[in-house]
Amino acid sequence: MSALIVDIILWGSVAALGLMAWQRGRPVLVSSVREGTLDFINIVPRIALGVIGAGYIAAVIPSEMITGWLGPDSGWLGVLMATVAGAATPGGPVIGFSLGAVAMKAGAGPPQVIAYVTAWALFAFQRLILWEIPFMPARFVWFRAAVSLPFPFVAAAIAMAIGKP
Amino acid sequence: MAELPLKDPAPADDAADTEPRPGRIRKPIGWSMIVIAVLVAVCVVLVWRRDGAHGVTEILFSDLELFGGILPRVLAGCLLGAFIAEILPHEKVSRALGPNSGLKGLLIGTAFGAILPGGPFTVYPVAAALLTVGADFGAAIAMVVSWTLIGYGRAIVWELPIMGTDFTLWRIVISLPLPILAGALGRFVYLRIYPKGAPP
Repeated sequence: MSALIVDIILWGSVAALGLMAWQRGRPVLVSSVREGTLDFINIVPRIALGVIGAGYIAAVIPSEMITGWLGPDSGWLGVLMATVAGAATPGGPVIGFSLGAVAMKAGAGPPQVIAYVTAWALFAFQRLILWEIPFMPARFVWFRAAVSLPFPFVAAAIAMAIGKP
Repeated sequence: MAELPLKDPAPADDAADTEPRPGRIRKPIGWSMIVIAVLVAVCVVLVWRRDGAHGVTEILFSDLELFGGILPRVLAGCLLGAFIAEILPHEKVSRALGPNSGLKGLLIGTAFGAILPGGPFTVYPVAAALLTVGADFGAAIAMVVSWTLIGYGRAIVWELPIMGTDFTLWRIVISLPLPILAGALGRFVYLRIYPKGAPP
C-alpha cells in the first residue's frame, strides 16, 4: 500500500516536472527525457551490482553480531561500537530499526541506540553501495561520509545531555 | 557489466543542445565500483563455501527479483533529476545553493531533503542534478544528510511502528541541527582541500 503511494507521488512528480519542461518547448522536454534515459541506462549496471552484491554481503554478516556489538549500556565505547554496528548493518530499514529495537529491549542505553540509528542512516553500507555511489560522483560520496563521521557521536552526546528519549 | 558504457554516451549531444549544460557526471566504472565488485566476489565465495551452489543461486534470484522491482523507480528518479537540471535556472541555483550561499543555502538544502518525497531513488538523482547546476558540496551534503536523518518517509513507515513514537520524535529532534552542521563542516573542509575550486 505504502509502496503504491510512493509510486504515485514519484510518477506524479515526474509528470508535473515533465509538463513544466514541455511548457518550455518540445526540444527541452525531448532533451531532458533523453538525458534522463541515458543516465538510467548508465546506472543500471551499477545498481545491478549494488543490489546483487549487497545481498551476498548481507548474507555473510550475521545479525547476532550486530546486536552483540550494541551491547548493554556501555558509555562511549558503546557509542563507538553502535556506530560501527550501524554502518555494518545489512538490509533495509526493517532490519536496521528492528535490530535497534531488539538492542533496546536487551538493555542497550538510548544514547547508544540513537548513535546506532544515526550511524545506520548515515553510513549503512548497503545504501551507499546500492544508491549513493551509483548516482553521485564518487568524490562526493567519500567526502560526505567523511564529514558525517562525528555525527553519531554528536547525536549520542545530545541524547546524554538532555536525558531523552 | 564492465562492457557497458565505458564511454560517455553523449558527447556530441551536449554540443548540440541549445543551452549547453555543465559536464554531467556520467563516469565509466570507477574505482568504487571495482572495490565493491571485489568485495562482492569475496562474499559470493564465502556464501558458496558455507551454503553451496544452492545458497548462491537462492540469493541471486531473490536479488534479481528486487532489482526488477526497483528499476522503474530508478528510471523515474533519473527523469526527475534530468527535468530538474533542465528546468531550474542555473544562476538561481548557484546563488541559493552555491559555495557563497552561506547558512541560507544550508537551510534550503536541509529543508529540501526533509520534504523530498520518495526514497533513495529520488534523493540521489536530484542531489546529483543540483550539483551539476550549481549547488556546492555543502548544500548537497545538507540535503542528503537531512533526507537520511529527518526525512519523514522512512520515519513514518518504518521507525514509528518499530521503535515507538517517543524514540522516533526525540531522535528526529536531536537530529535537526545535524544536516546543517554536516553541510557547514563539508563546506569548511572542501575550501581547505580545494582552495582553487574543484579539480576537473
